[in-house]
Amino acid sequence: MGDGKKILFINRRGPYGTIYAQEALEVALVGAVFDQKISLAFIDDGVFLLRPGQSTVGLQMKQFTAAYRALGDFEIHRVYVERESLQVRGMKEENLMEIVTGPDGGTRNLVKVVSSVELMDVIHSQDVLLND
Amino acid sequence: MSLEYKGRTLETDKDGFLQDMSEWSPEIAEHMAALDDLALGEDHWEVINYIREYYEDYRIAPAVRILIKVMGRRLGRDKGGSRYLYRLFPHGPAKQACRYAGLPKPTGCV
Repeated sequence: MGDGKKILFINRRGPYGTIYAQEALEVALVGAVFDQKISLAFIDDGVFLLRPGQSTVGLQMKQFTAAYRALGDFEIHRVYVERESLQVRGMKEENLMEIVTGPDGGTRNLVKVVSSVELMDVIHSQDVLLND
Repeated sequence: MSLEYKGRTLETDKDGFLQDMSEWSPEIAEHMAALDDLALGEDHWEVINYIREYYEDYRIAPAVRILIKVMGRRLGRDKGGSRYLYRLFPHGPAKQACRYAGLPKPTGCV
């Protein structure tokens, strides 16, 4: 299977207005199963994806954001949220869901809030960027 | 495609996965397994129930490698190994167990 590429999925939109974020998550999980080194970034309205307790009752759509909590099971351990995007939306780190790894990898929260400058470094270190 | 069960017709995809999860019942799982010449024992049910719980939590059906890992964590190493799971579900543990569990095809399964 080789070493796998470093692939960053950049999520910029909220959860249910479009299908982008859901598709990106599916592709990210499949990529992880095939040994790619996957990271996820949440910027702009993408930060809304990580609000916990979302309900799709009445939307007739699948509630897909719960699956972000399974990222640790798929060995996806790099999850970045841009601080500036949170700030302009009046959100704080504690408004985001926690994504913890299982007992194998400890129980630390994988969600890391970073500045846009720090995120730029992450972006520059990738082999592939997938931007919605 | 579809599955006939007690005079009802249940819609399935081309690989036999139920289209409507809410139609599932344990009896349907037994029926699907019987069509594959398999009788579901306690060990099978442990896996099927675990996959259903996982789906309830995360809204995804785990691919085989993920299943092996999370089952090992849950049930101990002797039960989580791929050999153990393949012995229970010879057609591929994630695919076969998810189908009996009434869930969609596992994510990462192509």
